[in-house]
Formats: sequence, structure tokens, C-alpha cells
Amino acid sequence: MFKPMLTAFAAVAVTAGGAMTQAASAQDIKIGLVLPYTGIGAELAQQIERGMELYLKLNADAVKPYKITFIKRDSKAPNGAEAKIAVQELLTQEKVDALAGFVYSPDAIGSAPLIAAGNKLAVIENAGTAFITNLAPEFVRTSFTMWQSGYAMGEAAVKNLHAKTAVVAYTDYPPGKDSYQAFKTAFEANGGKVLDAIPAGGPGQVPDFTPFFQRAKDEKPDVLYVFVPAGDHATAAAKTYAALGMREAGIKLIGPGDITQDIKLQGMGAAAVGLITMHHYNADLNNPENKRFVAAWKKAYGADSTPDFMAVGGYDGMAAIVHAAHATKGKMDGAAAVKSLEGWKFNSPQGPIMIDPATRDIVMNEYLDEVVKGSDGKLHMKVIGETKAVKDQCKALGIGRCKK
Amino acid sequence: MSASATSAESTSFAARINHPAARALIERHRLRWWEVLPWIAAIAGYFIFPGYLGFGTELLVAILFALSLDLALGYAGIITLGHAAFFGAGAYTVGMLADHGVWSEPITGLMLAALVAAIVGLLSGLVLLRTRGLTLLMLTICSMALLEQAANMAHDYTGGFDGLPNLPITPIFGVFNFNPLYNNTQYLYALAVLLACFVFVRTLVYSPFGQSLTGIRENLLRMHAVGAPVRRRLIICYTLSAAIAGIAGGLWAQVNAYVNLSSLDLDRAATVLIVLILGGYGRLYGAFVGAVVYLALEHFLARIYPTAWQLGLGILLVFIALFARNGILGLGEALWRRYGGRHKPSAPS
Repeated sequence: MFKPMLTAFAAVAVTAGGAMTQAASAQDIKIGLVLPYTGIGAELAQQIERGMELYLKLNADAVKPYKITFIKRDSKAPNGAEAKIAVQELLTQEKVDALAGFVYSPDAIGSAPLIAAGNKLAVIENAGTAFITNLAPEFVRTSFTMWQSGYAMGEAAVKNLHAKTAVVAYTDYPPGKDSYQAFKTAFEANGGKVLDAIPAGGPGQVPDFTPFFQRAKDEKPDVLYVFVPAGDHATAAAKTYAALGMREAGIKLIGPGDITQDIKLQGMGAAAVGLITMHHYNADLNNPENKRFVAAWKKAYGADSTPDFMAVGGYDGMAAIVHAAHATKGKMDGAAAVKSLEGWKFNSPQGPIMIDPATRDIVMNEYLDEVVKGSDGKLHMKVIGETKAVKDQCKALGIGRCKK
Repeated sequence: MSASATSAESTSFAARINHPAARALIERHRLRWWEVLPWIAAIAGYFIFPGYLGFGTELLVAILFALSLDLALGYAGIITLGHAAFFGAGAYTVGMLADHGVWSEPITGLMLAALVAAIVGLLSGLVLLRTRGLTLLMLTICSMALLEQAANMAHDYTGGFDGLPNLPITPIFGVFNFNPLYNNTQYLYALAVLLACFVFVRTLVYSPFGQSLTGIRENLLRMHAVGAPVRRRLIICYTLSAAIAGIAGGLWAQVNAYVNLSSLDLDRAATVLIVLILGGYGRLYGAFVGAVVYLALEHFLARIYPTAWQLGLGILLVFIALFARNGILGLGEALWRRYGGRHKPSAPS
């Protein structure tokens, strides 16, 4: 706790000392981190922060000559107002050079008017509601939108899994609705048919999935597409699927990778084996960047801990800010920083990524994964298909608030 | 002869009005010198902490919301844990009207927010106020949860969990714009709204109507026995309290240019209850003290220790629960009575 504070003080001292020489103060890049450090989101905040720190550790040479300091603020409950106050004080008091974080969509949405007025780069490292980047020209997203995995899965369900009919069961809140809409749009565009869409409870507490899944089973689809929050919801869904004998009935359980989030995967147990998901990242991805990233992670944070897609969102976000720092020669003017990132390409642990110049959203590969049991007795993700350079289709198709 | 009689009469009249009980009754609604202090502090804060006006505005909204709860809980003794229902009703009134391009003028927007929240308060009050105690508490939570779920299901109109972003709120009087980065206008606007609502609540609680509410809180049976229309008064009080909570919600939506489901959730209803109990309920200024202490502590602890600030807040609440059952103002009053009370001038000047 005191280490970052000391760094912050040191940074202030350096700035004050080098006030005469313009060059010295330009070396310092202050980043305001807006993350939910308390409450149920604390685990997610930790993933993102560690991802960012690990980028700085692994790429010390690329960061030079800049010195990155974090100023952390708790975004507290996801009501938007708390994050807004944090962003306001970071911009007007701390005079940060860039903002990063934003786990919950309301935090980014509530801060949007300030970010538009503040002219500082704001990197979204998780919040997945598609239309957010339309709200302020300073938003750049290195995470994902719910549409990317859902849409890619809709295509892959027809092409790779040869499904003709599907039933969707989703947790009834925006990520669930977005994921459902994305899947349905792509699935039906490719000739599939969604037989039924079942809202299955809220995100607050785990419902009994039996009635929802029994209804799905009775409709005899080829696949059951499920969106539920990672963790207890996903575990319960996988167990209900097994208990109802749906696999034996020839129904595949599929979904976006949120339901097989790496940090929750081992807790799902044997029920998860055979689950097929679509996502841009899993810790088992076989590429040199990811091998280096996961090894460094385990070394720094313990052999039992694992990075997940949130950590990679943080890692890529940090890389984006460092790129903007070089491109603007440390000045970090908001418009110039955003401009330097439009079309920016980066070799991330998740594979090659790019920032779409038109939407400032990430363009990335989506991997079709199957949960398998490894020789070490643990669950792993096996890549069985890949969709390259997936854009956010919500904005491409102009659906709802995604319309400019 | 007659002159001396008049003189005797007037002395006895003077003696009567000088009786402590009579003085307490006559002077109870008089402005005390310290009552201007919170307002001076609020205006001083505007000049001293220009960088904190965003937080300050949130604080003023919280005070207004706690004040509305004080009217229902502190004065009439209506135990509720669902007051965010009215806060949210007001917030969504402003938010939906602005987002769908129907109405975006702020001051009339607040009036509409008050009206809608009052209607929600009246309708729910007609049903809920037939019950008391824990039953009432549970039913207020239920009605709030119903509203929250309704707002979630009406996703197309309310934006669901993500809410309605970038609300277009027109400048106040067509002149003073809401700057999102520097909240000077928002702060002064919220302060003015708070003052107006406070004057209303203060007048109300010192009126015979307000006294009858206190009577209902203290001795329900006796108020029935003296023939007071208890239920009608409770419903009126609940409706007025809902209207003020609606204004607080509308104000919140306007100054943030954003409204989402959190305006209707249990977290908000519980926080306002904690704030009020911390400050001292049934005391008018308890809302001010509680909101400032709780929210300022939360804000500044969270700045210093973003991961562990809840510990400090928890310790404060434990101490308040152990040593100051009537809140901070109650503690202050007890100390005043014990150590400072004898210096109070008792003779009229």
C-alpha cells in the first residue's frame, strides 16, 4: 500500500525539482486508475492492475525514457457517480496524463461527459457495453465488447459445430442481452435458427437452472448457447446441463468465454469438461508472448494464480498508453494520443490486436475453445477453431445506441 | 384600582409566558444563531475547495435525500428501508424525459420529479402504511425491488443496468451551463434546491401538522384517542417525504447527466439510512452532520487507501453504535446537557 504512495511522492518531487527543465517533467506519465478496489469487483481490479504492472516489468526497455506512475482511485459500487467523481478529481486535481481501468460499464458511461471535456486519453480495460466508445472521442478500448465473442460464436456454431438450431439462455442484464443479440444475429445470418431465448434470472444470485434448461432440452436444439456471469453461475449451469443428460440428448453447451474465465475454471470441476466457448483469450493459448506472460505472472503472483482476459485487457491497455506516450513525445495531449492509437497494432499475449481507427475499439482474434482435462489433472482450454480480426459488429451493424 | 388589576393580569401573563414550558413552545420554531452555520460552511466550501465541487455536489444531494428520509423516519416514525424507490422515481423522471427529448429544463424537471415521486409515494403509502414495524420495513424493500426490476425489464426506455447516458440538460434560466469538468454551477444549483427544500421541511415539522407527526411517533395510541386522523397524516407525510426524495433523485440525474439502476437499489437506501442514523434522526440537522461525516470520511479514506477504506468506516460505525445511540447530534446534545447546559441563559432579556 505504501509503495505506490512513495512512488507518487517521488514523482511529485521529481516534477517539482525538474520544473525548470521542461524535458524532465515530460518524462513522467501519470495514469489515473479507476478500478473497483473494494466489493465484488476487487478481484477484477487486481487482475487488471497486475496485467498493467506486468507489462511495465516485462517491457522496461520499451517504456524508457518514460516513468509511469499510477494514481489509484476506487470506483466503488457500479453506479457511475462514484467513478465520475474519481475521474473528475484525477483530471482537475492530479492533472493525470491518461485514465485507465473501468471495469463496469456504468463507470465508463457516467464518466463519459468529463472525459469528453478533459481531453485526456481514457483506456477502457474491461467494460464491455458496445456503445461506450461513441460517448467520448477520447475512449479507446483494449478489452472487448460483448458482441465480439457472441457474434463470432454465432458464425462458428454453424460453420465449425454444424448446428442448425439453437436455444439461448442468458442472465437478464446488459452483457447477457448483448451476447444473446450478437449470437442470434450471426447465427441466423449464417442460416441457423434460434428456437427460443430464455431469460434465466439476474446476476445477483444464482438461480436454479433446471426449469430453464429443461425447457431448452424439450425444444431439442443442436446447441444451447448460455451467457451467465463467470464463477458460481457458470458452474451451476454446467452442472445442471450434466444432470439433465443434455449431452446424451445430443445438445452441445456453448457460450462466450466469460463463462470459462481462467480464474474460475478449476472451480467448475468435471462438469465443465466438453464445454465449448468463444473468447479472445485463455491462459493456455500457445504463442510466445503468452508463454512469457503466463510464466512471468506465475513467478510474480504465485504458481496457483493465473491471468485471465481482464489481465490481458490491462496489459494491452498499458501497452497502448506507452505507445501514445512515445507518439506524443510524453505530452499526452488527448486528441493526439487517440490519433496515435487509431490503427495501432500490437503483439499481445492474446495474439495480434489492432485498434479500429473508425470506432477506437479493439480488433482481435476469437478462439473457439473446448474445456479438456489435462494430464496434470487440471482443466485446460483447447483451441479447436479461430476467427481472425473480429470487429465489434454492434457498431458495424449500427444497432441501438451503437448507431452514431 | 382598575390600573392595578390590569397590572396584576399582565404580570401573571408575563409569568405564564416566562414559564419554561411556554417558552419552549413559543420559541421552538425560532431561528437559532447556529442555524446559519451549515449554509455559511457550504458557501465557504465553494470558495475554499474549488477542486472538490463534484464531491460537494454529491454530498448536497445526499443531504437532501437524508432530509427527506428524516421527515418520514425521524419525525413520523415510519420505518422504511426502501426510500431509494422515490429517489429513483425522481431520477428516472428527469432521465427519461431528457433522454427521449421530451423535457430537459432543469427546474421544472425537478418539479415533475417531485410530482411523480409523490404519486409513487401516495400509491405505495396507501397500501404500506396499514402495516408497522418489521412488516413495513420488509414491504418498503419489496416495493423498491419491484420498481428496480420494472426499470430493468423496461430496458428499451430506461437503459437497464447501463442506464441513460449523456442526458441533455439545458442551462439553468437558459444561462448557467453545467460544465462536466468543473461543477461550480451544479454545486450552487444543488445548494439552492437544498435550501428551498430545507425551508419547507423546517416549516412543516414546526407546524401543528409536524407536531402531530411527532405525537404519532411517540404515542400512537394516544393520538388515536385524541381523535387525530393518524393514517391520513402518515400518508401525507410519506407522500411529502417521497416528493423530496424525488427532487433529490432528479437533482442527482441532472448534475451527473446520467441515470441508471443504482438510483433504485438497496445500497442507496441503506446508505441514506446509515447517514441519517449516524447524524441523528428527528433533528433536522442530523442529515447534514451524518452526510458530511460519513461521505467525507469515505471519500478521503478511499483516496488514501483505495483498497482498505471500508475498515475505517466500519470502525466509525461500531463506535457510533456503541457510544452514540442517537447519532452524532444526540451525543453532542448529551454532552451539552452535562457540561455546558448550566451556562444557558434562562431569563429573557
